[in-house]
This record gives sequence, C-alpha cells and structure tokens, in this order.
Amino acid sequence: MLLSFRISLRNLKFFEVEIVFVIKIICKNHLEKFISLQSQKYLMSILKKRGVGRFRHLISIDELTKEDIVYILRLAEKFEPIARGEKASKALEGMILANLFFEPSTRTRMSFEAAMKRLGGDVINMTAQEASSVAKGETLADTIRVVGNYADVIVLRHPLIGAAKFAAENSIVPVVNAGDGAGQHPTQTLLDLYTMEKEAKLEGSKVALMGDLKYSRTVHSLIKALALFNTKIFLISPAMLRLPEEFIEEVDADISEVELEDVIDEIDVLYVTRIQKERFPDEEEYRRVAGSYVLTPELLKNAKEGMIIMHPLPRVNEIATDVDGTRHARYFEQAFYGVPIRMAILSELLGG
Amino acid sequence: MSEFETKSDRKHLVVSKIKNGTVIDHISPGMSPLVLKILGIGPGSKEAVSMAMNVHSSKMGKKDILKVEGKFISDEELNKIALIAPEATINLVEDFEITRKFRVEPPEVVENIIKCPNQHCISNSNEPIKSRFRIFTDGRKVVAKCDYCGKKLYNLQDYI
Ligand SMILES: [Zn+2]
Repeated sequence: MLLSFRISLRNLKFFEVEIVFVIKIICKNHLEKFISLQSQKYLMSILKKRGVGRFRHLISIDELTKEDIVYILRLAEKFEPIARGEKASKALEGMILANLFFEPSTRTRMSFEAAMKRLGGDVINMTAQEASSVAKGETLADTIRVVGNYADVIVLRHPLIGAAKFAAENSIVPVVNAGDGAGQHPTQTLLDLYTMEKEAKLEGSKVALMGDLKYSRTVHSLIKALALFNTKIFLISPAMLRLPEEFIEEVDADISEVELEDVIDEIDVLYVTRIQKERFPDEEEYRRVAGSYVLTPELLKNAKEGMIIMHPLPRVNEIATDVDGTRHARYFEQAFYGVPIRMAILSELLGG
Repeated sequence: MSEFETKSDRKHLVVSKIKNGTVIDHISPGMSPLVLKILGIGPGSKEAVSMAMNVHSSKMGKKDILKVEGKFISDEELNKIALIAPEATINLVEDFEITRKFRVEPPEVVENIIKCPNQHCISNSNEPIKSRFRIFTDGRKVVAKCDYCGKKLYNLQDYI
C-alpha cells in the first residue's frame, strides 16, 4: 500500500493532490484503526507536506466565510505571545517556506519570514531581482513546480492578477497569495480585521475609509470582509478616486459617502490609504488633491477617545508625523499584527 | 415537414433537410459564424455545414440556422452556444428523423473560449494557461466572470 502511494505521489502531479486531500480527511479521523504505526508516520509526513488544515491554499479573502475569518483571528490571538518573542515555538520545525517575490515588497516578505521563524521553521527567498531574471526564461508554472520540491509552502507576490490562483493550480504545496497586482492580498485584510478587533472593535463597528478608494486593492478587500461583520462604512475620498459604483452595488454593506468632519465624532476606526501620484494627470493636481487629504492632530479634535487610525504602510505624507504620538495612532501595531496572522495561516496550512 | 420547420416558417425555408447530424435553430441573428467558431468548425473541418442567416422567425423576428451534416456534437459543446445565442434549440437528426430536441443551457464554466480583455490578467500571459470564465445569468443576460482576475463581461460575442 505504501509503495503504491509513493508511486502515485511521484507520477500523478495534480491528481495526487486530490488523493492526498481525501486521504487527509480519512486519516485525520481513523488513522490509528487501519494502518501500522510506521505507515501512519509516513502518511502524516505527506499530509504535513500537503496541508492539513481548513484550507489548502490562501488565495483570496472572498473564499473565506465569516466563520473561517473568526477562526483565523482566534488562532492569531493564540500565537501573539510567540510573535512577540515572549514564548518560543517549534511548531513548524523542519519545514521550509519559500518566498517568491516577483515584485519587491520587503515589508510583507519580512513579515512572513518572521512568522515562519517564530514557529521554528526556515525560509528560503527568491528576491524580486532574481525573480525577474527567472521570469525571462521560465514560466511561473515551472517555477512553482520546481520550488514545490524545495519547500513546504510557497508565498507568492506577483504583478499579474490571478497569478496566485494559477500558481495554486500548479502547486503540490500550499500557496499563500502575498499580493497579485491589483487583485488580492488576503493576509493584509486579515491583519486589518485583527487590528480592529484588538485595538477597537470589529463586529458592528463604524469604519471610515479615507484616500484612494478607487484603485486601492486593500480597501476593496477590506470592505468585502467588513460587510460580513455588520459594520457601517463611511467613504471619504477625492471625487476622482471614489469607490466604483459597480463595487458598491455588489457588496451587501451599509456604505455612505461623507466628509471626515461629519463622522469623526462617531467612528471607531479611521483607515487611511495612500493617494498615488500616478493616478493624476499632472503634478499640480496631485499636490492640490493629496494636500487636502492629510490627516493632522487638528482634524482629530472631536474623535472618540477609543477611535483608532490605521494605515497599510508605507505612508508618504497622508498622516502627519505628529499624529503618531496621539492616543489614536495604531498603524505600527497594525504592522506587527501581520506576524501572528501569518503564523496562524502558516500553521493552518502546514498543520503545525 | 423539416425538423425545425414551423408552420409560419415553412415558406421561408432556405436550407435543405439533413440525413444525419445536428441542426441548431433559433440562433440569435448574425451569430451563426461565431457559433461555428465555438464548435471548432472552420477552415480544415470536414463536416458539411449549411448556414442560414437572418431568416424569418415567428418567435424571434429574425434568426440564424445551422445544419451540421454527419456530425453529432456533444451536449457539453452545444451548451457553449448559449453564451451568445441563449435561445438556440438543438435537433439531433438520424435518418431524417429528429431523435432528440433540447434548448441550450449556459454551462457553469467555460475554458479557452472567451478571451479576458484585462491586460493585467494572468490568463493573458505566456503561461501554459487556459482562460476560464464562470457563467451566470443576470436577468436574461448571460454574464461571464474571469476566474483569474474577476473581470465581468456582458456582450460575450465581443470576446470570443
Ligand atoms: Zn481575467
């Protein structure tokens, strides 16, 4: 029996994943009853390699239910002391994470690296520079197949939308989407939700989103997720960077367009995003518009005591640095929360 | 009476009967060349095909009709026609008799038929990848959503 498993694992590239998935379900419940201890160990080693948790990959926030999200947030909470270095863990000892970054994002890459290492695992990296030279000679599909033989999980960042989904279809190990162009970046959304829950409140909260609401993938994913938590969403943006009408119609949420001063005294969260220069026809226009969306302590005068300010970072000048010292600033904590969230995801995918 | 002929159509009948094969009737007017493309019938194909475009239809005003002689096309293939001709009906003919008749239903997923117009979509890269669209209906309209980038398309004939 074991021999045949070995053969099938070598030869049946895609079918194999299905087989393992089925075995996984059977084994989780009935392992002891049917197979010898040695076989159990072998099977478990395969299962560990192929993902044993609730998900096989993490590609899009849209594929998670509210229950899934709550589950991940609870798991992240458990990992927080380890993420802070207060406790040590060897949960993912002997496992390797491969960072494949086809465009640079040092912050996200380091956050995944920290999460994996805090859990006792190891990390191998393909930098954006290496990736671009690989991309010239090899397809993403081939790179994924090759790296899947070196690592237990692949974290992918890629400029094309859908790249992570395509990678997952070609991968024998779990794939985590760390941003695919204007597409998805699910761990960012999860850490945003976690920050709200920890630092303010999530369920039933009032959240204002300010800045570029038209092009920001962070904002779009966040709104979809917030809709699951009965939040009231306020939109604050320049006219040309408004949230697309089509998007508002599609999302089943309580959404309204406002000015900051109208809602500052009632919101629980103010989520600020960057307004990018490339979106504007000329420098003049950019400066004028971006300049009127800079958050200063002055604008926060009427804010509720517990209102928090979030930002996906890096910021340019949309939050004045003298806001950092106010009781509202949480963007650096938010960046930290990426670590326990990513620990939760990795541990779930790898069965740590 | 011909296998697709109705009373009011009879005098407008422009294509002859077939002995064995598939008759696709009630095709939205002008769409029959695209229907052939969807079915993979084109230069190099061996099937005998007769086509009638913009003929009178009591039901639709105008319609196209296609007859493919000597070929039985699978339901799966035929249902792809619903992407651009949701009213189309299929008659399978054996020895001049209609052996089965059904209306096409849009498939849930289609691969490699629709081209995603989003230049930043992975399906337009040089990867070994098939385009894949999820199909749903919005009222009477057939809508396709790219499985990779989420782009929604309405006038599908423009992307086939
Ligand atoms: Zn697409």
